[in-house]
Amino acid sequence: MTSSLNLWLIPVLPLAGAAINGLLGKKSSRTAVSIIGLFFSGAAFAWALSVAWRVSSADLPYIEYIAHWIRFGRVGAAGSFTADFTLYLDQLSLIMLLVVTGVGFLIHIYSVGYMWGDPSYYRFFAYLNLFMFFMLTLVLASNYLVMFIGWEGVGLASYLLIGFWFTKDSAASAGKKAFIVNRIGDFGFLIALFLIIQHFGSLDFTKVFAQVQPTAPEAAGAGLLTSIGILLMVGACGKSAQIPLYVWLPDAMEGPTPVSALIHAATMVTAGVYMVSRSHVIFERAPMALTVVAVIGTLTALFAATIGITQTDIKKVLAYSTVSQLGYMFMACGVGAFSAGIFHLMTHAFFKGLLFLGAGSVIHAVGGEQDMRKMGGLSSYILWTAITMGIATLAIAGIPPFAGFWSKDEILFKAYQASPVYWLLGVITAFITSFYMFRLFFMTFLGDYRGIQVDEHGHARAADGHDSHGHGEPHESPMVMLIPLMILALLSTVGGLVGIGNRFEHFLDPVFRSGAVTEASGEVASSLTEYVLMGISVLVALSGAILAWFLYVSKPYLPQKIADALNGFYTAVLNKYYVDELYSKLFVKPLIDGSTSILWQGVDRKVIDDTVNNTADGARHISDEVRQMQSGNLRSYAGWIAAGSAVVIAYMIWMGVR
Amino acid sequence: MVPLSYYLVLSGFLFACGVTGFLIKRNIITIFMSIELMLNGVNLSFVAFAAHWHSLAGQVFVFFVMVVAAAEAAIGLAIIIAVYRTRETLNVDQVNLLKL
Repeated sequence: MTSSLNLWLIPVLPLAGAAINGLLGKKSSRTAVSIIGLFFSGAAFAWALSVAWRVSSADLPYIEYIAHWIRFGRVGAAGSFTADFTLYLDQLSLIMLLVVTGVGFLIHIYSVGYMWGDPSYYRFFAYLNLFMFFMLTLVLASNYLVMFIGWEGVGLASYLLIGFWFTKDSAASAGKKAFIVNRIGDFGFLIALFLIIQHFGSLDFTKVFAQVQPTAPEAAGAGLLTSIGILLMVGACGKSAQIPLYVWLPDAMEGPTPVSALIHAATMVTAGVYMVSRSHVIFERAPMALTVVAVIGTLTALFAATIGITQTDIKKVLAYSTVSQLGYMFMACGVGAFSAGIFHLMTHAFFKGLLFLGAGSVIHAVGGEQDMRKMGGLSSYILWTAITMGIATLAIAGIPPFAGFWSKDEILFKAYQASPVYWLLGVITAFITSFYMFRLFFMTFLGDYRGIQVDEHGHARAADGHDSHGHGEPHESPMVMLIPLMILALLSTVGGLVGIGNRFEHFLDPVFRSGAVTEASGEVASSLTEYVLMGISVLVALSGAILAWFLYVSKPYLPQKIADALNGFYTAVLNKYYVDELYSKLFVKPLIDGSTSILWQGVDRKVIDDTVNNTADGARHISDEVRQMQSGNLRSYAGWIAAGSAVVIAYMIWMGVR
Repeated sequence: MVPLSYYLVLSGFLFACGVTGFLIKRNIITIFMSIELMLNGVNLSFVAFAAHWHSLAGQVFVFFVMVVAAAEAAIGLAIIIAVYRTRETLNVDQVNLLKL
């Protein structure tokens, strides 16, 4: 056993950064704010690296006790319940730790360049560091309750950052939407936690899983573990933007682009995948719940990908692509290939973070424009961004040897073993993904520049704070933004290689194999099948790319024709299948109407206000009558006294005086 | 011997005269005199009962009432003079500042 790893430092460092920047940042210079923001996130990354360096797999899982928190009853006695601040490190959380701190640190660096002109510069870094704190708490938690703190905390940070430009109405309401939709998921998560407490008397991962381990998988039909699993999945659906709760993520693109990269692509939205993988012991014993996970994941992957084809806002395309890729991860978890899901989570963090940062660089270059129809030909202006974006596109499309290929292929292979249906839908999704990503790339970087020119340039959104320098042509971003792009491009290129020969899977084996029901049959399947499947997925990815080339580069008039031919369907997809409208009809409008007519006009105005007002009115009316007695006329007072005494005397006589 | 009821009827009559005078008269001096009349009506019933029951308590009460009445007369007349000096009237209907 090594000496203490001081894991607590990892989440606390960004918290310190958030506190310093949040409290003192307003009066500090931008340089000071950047130094503090970068130092604390960088220190967290450095410490995570040193932890990774120092632990050997024999030490894991490593549990670090920080402070005691909730304790009922004597520890260990029956009916007692404890939930302490304890950190838990195993291979799974180690990977998450490195991804979160590493990608997070790169995005911090990038933000220095991207947000430099923003008036609330310090606030941005305070929020970003705060997010890191909560995300690391989530990842390092050793029981569900601490995890829930992080879970809610990242939701808060996400809300704050989506609504970062809160003076813009759309940003403020997007933040609210994200928060409310997440709340629905959190409700499911909470109920799952209550069920766990009720039946296992603990929220500690180790204790709960130790009790779950001996039970046999639940046969068809719903049992306790199935309910817990499905409720946990509801929570994951909210956080990770899966059907039916995915609607908040595309709107979340209202936030600054580094936020989209860090929170809504690389880390926070993968918390659901992490949570499901962390609870794999429960899920493996609840086949029904696993099926739910797989079906939701597969459907989301396909559904979001089709929407991605039609979007023209560069960030919206990436948002739907994120939803779709998260669907892949859930598909992997759903077929029991948790390590493949986590592998994809990691590579996705690299290439999707890169894509968003690249998109930010593009937006920066063209002065705040996000519509791809007004871009084009940018590769001649911003070559470095184009190259790195190109690498990320190749990675997400699944073209070897880039990172996405290895993880996506792993998922598709595992899905095929579970059911060819998942595999088929997955391959279709891969085709669509490749198509829309190359569409994005070609529309943005190839062809002719269709954007606004010198003189009209000043109209770019002032909130972005770009454009203060009067450039006419698209211009390359500063070095501080390009370096993170390059590093992520490198990771997107080689990050998948750790998956060769199932090394990544073997690394995670201690986590996922320990609680497994049966030895996974992964190695048994013939390698021939694997190569055939691999070939198909590469073929599919390439054909998607070629189709995109055909439609958007060689014959750019065709897409419009196809859209016209598919008129009704195209409109439906363009409007995201009217899901937002449907939700607004089904849930939002009844809620607002009900609140307006029943709660506001009915209860608040009619019952509460009227009670108060009528009481006051009644008092005034009675007083109006009664004050007539106070006439100032001495003799009328005397009359009242006489009448009163007469009444009293009459009463006494009538009752009989004793 | 005169029966008790005679005294009580007289006492009640005096008291009623006082009340009536108090209520219908406007002159503050007259009202003041009506009060004295009521007090004396009550005094009469006290002494009548005292004589009837052969108890001195009633008579003692009468002395107290007379003392209070004397004090009241002194203060009341002083107030009347003060009122007259400021308002130049003794009509109670015009002394009505103390109202809502």
